Amino acid sequence: MTVVEPEVRHVSLQHLDFTAAVRIGGKGKPVVYFHTAGGPRWDRFVQELARSYTVIAPDHPGTGNTERDSIYRFQDLWDLLYMYDELLDRLGYSRVTFIGASFGGMVACELAAFRPERVEKLLLIDPIGIWLDERPVVNWMLLYPEELVPILFENLEAEPVKEFLTLPTDPQEAALAQAELVWTFGATGKFVWPVPDTGLAKRAHRIAAPTLIIWGERDRLIPVDYAWEFQRILPNAHVHIVSSAGHVPQWEKLEEVVRVSKEFIG
Amino acid sequence: MKVTLFHFMPHRDLPADFEHRYRSSWVDVPWWELGDPQQVQRYYNWSLDELLLGARLGFDGVGTNEHHQNVYGFWTNPNLAGAILAKITHDENLPTAIVQLGATITSTTPPVRIAEEYAVIDCISGGRLVAGFPVGLSADANISYGIPPIESRERWREALDLILKAWTARDYFTWNGKYFKLPRVNLWPRPVQDPHPPILIPGAASSSTWDFVHDRDYSYAFLSYFGGQSAINVADRFWERAVAKGRDLNPYRLAYLQLVGVAPTDEEAEKLFAPHVEYFYHKLLHLPTFYTSAPGHTDYRSLVFLFTGGTHKYLDLAKDLKALKAIDMYREGFVVVGSPNTVRQRLISEVQRLRAGHLMVVLQFGSMPHELAKENIELFSREVLPALRSLWDNEGWEPRWWPKAAHVPAGASA
Repeated sequence: MTVVEPEVRHVSLQHLDFTAAVRIGGKGKPVVYFHTAGGPRWDRFVQELARSYTVIAPDHPGTGNTERDSIYRFQDLWDLLYMYDELLDRLGYSRVTFIGASFGGMVACELAAFRPERVEKLLLIDPIGIWLDERPVVNWMLLYPEELVPILFENLEAEPVKEFLTLPTDPQEAALAQAELVWTFGATGKFVWPVPDTGLAKRAHRIAAPTLIIWGERDRLIPVDYAWEFQRILPNAHVHIVSSAGHVPQWEKLEEVVRVSKEFIG
Repeated sequence: MKVTLFHFMPHRDLPADFEHRYRSSWVDVPWWELGDPQQVQRYYNWSLDELLLGARLGFDGVGTNEHHQNVYGFWTNPNLAGAILAKITHDENLPTAIVQLGATITSTTPPVRIAEEYAVIDCISGGRLVAGFPVGLSADANISYGIPPIESRERWREALDLILKAWTARDYFTWNGKYFKLPRVNLWPRPVQDPHPPILIPGAASSSTWDFVHDRDYSYAFLSYFGGQSAINVADRFWERAVAKGRDLNPYRLAYLQLVGVAPTDEEAEKLFAPHVEYFYHKLLHLPTFYTSAPGHTDYRSLVFLFTGGTHKYLDLAKDLKALKAIDMYREGFVVVGSPNTVRQRLISEVQRLRAGHLMVVLQFGSMPHELAKENIELFSREVLPALRSLWDNEGWEPRWWPKAAHVPAGASA
């Protein structure tokens, strides 16, 4: 399988004097992909999307190709939204489809509520951002790796999951990767600590774009009950449940999620 | 040399299988299984009595700290204990420093609350407060009190600036900070000490904290839990940074904290304190890395250094300490346990090697019962303390980070 390698582009923004970093790859109509709290990954799902679309995937501040300490300039979610809004302007995408997984799903929703007119369609995969007292979201930042893995995945046999779980053989490289992951959780955690309820439920009514909510039936991080709650608060949303998948259905059931996504995006 | 008796106020009766039954000693421990108000009532009173005994026996200072939702030590607000100690030592005419090490300003909103409480203690004690300002563990500031880990350090620095200004400003002012906004700051009361009480910053081994301390000319305290070599690594780099920042080598810039057990002979001491040492390291320090430092709490550079440098032998306290028995911990020098002669020699040689002007000793640790704690305090103050007092006198340094009103005369030890 040939991988469509993304181009990394740096964009200097006015907001906070932040230099954004974006991976852009593929061909076809543009879609914006917001990464998870684990940081940027041009993963198998994104690679599949890039076969049919131009995928624009910005790194969250402090992660990926951005300056690590740049996260300290961001005070709150407002800063994040103003930054992404300006970035999309600068890249020339006035109206595109937003895709977001987990933490990225929250970012996609918040940006869509902030600027509803710039969203053509909204594709969410096990997003966070709302809270049900009777079904608390697990704090992924306070777990040992061996505790996190069974909370993230139901299907450990899927190829993309196996790739993710294969650590670098060089101990120094593996240690550095671990440090990066901890830092990335910290940088994205800025916007969702201590409780990943951003107040999105109050603003979700503003999102008019057709929305597809994809959810792993066995998600142990944010249980499938949230799929129905997101559908309830979003004006124009449908739900697709992926059986035998956990929090990362786009890896655990790659083909199914790619197929459903492409049908939806068109 | 200034010697402070420090107390964590731990749970002293955890079950033998505690560390196997519970995920950690912090935030996970169910009160309804292991908390008993009758028992806890005794812990608080014993702990205060132990500190007061130290004050009466001639320690230069008595110290308490802040932790939340845990069994390691739950003063919760050290200023409650500090106020009691200030009042009783005042009434008994004891010149003991009240060492608050300290209130967690990172997660106290607004931080002027701590400026007020410290000022009250300084007033009641007649100017005997040492003002400690820890950044705070993640389990406290981030998990128990909800501050995003990545904001911890910035909030701590801003809070410290705000407190110093609140103590010293001649006129009222508006504080328009990144994290704190107050329309009018006009603090009542102000501290007795002029311009403000001495500042003590406790830390782990973060180089950014050393530079901060030297830039501001504060004193620095570190907890020596893992033996001589790790302490030497920290102290050497602390003094390197002092020189790099153009500071003198006044030993009172550095404080270190050590668990100590004294008994008539080495054999008796090693046997007597073994269960309490193991209890401390196995149960009370049953603490995963992400509770010490949740993602974001440690800055990027330190994190990379930590993961790739291999400097820390015991990174995950919940796992890495379990295989060690008390005898191993003695051998590695985690704790100083022995006869008065052994303890004297060990402490003098450590203090001199580290160049520390302040020593903080923990003489009740772990499951140690009240009676044994009192014996330990009495023996230490009689047999060890007098030998430490005059250290550094020959070099003639001023104890600049010590309250002037807290002056225990030489030979005051029982």
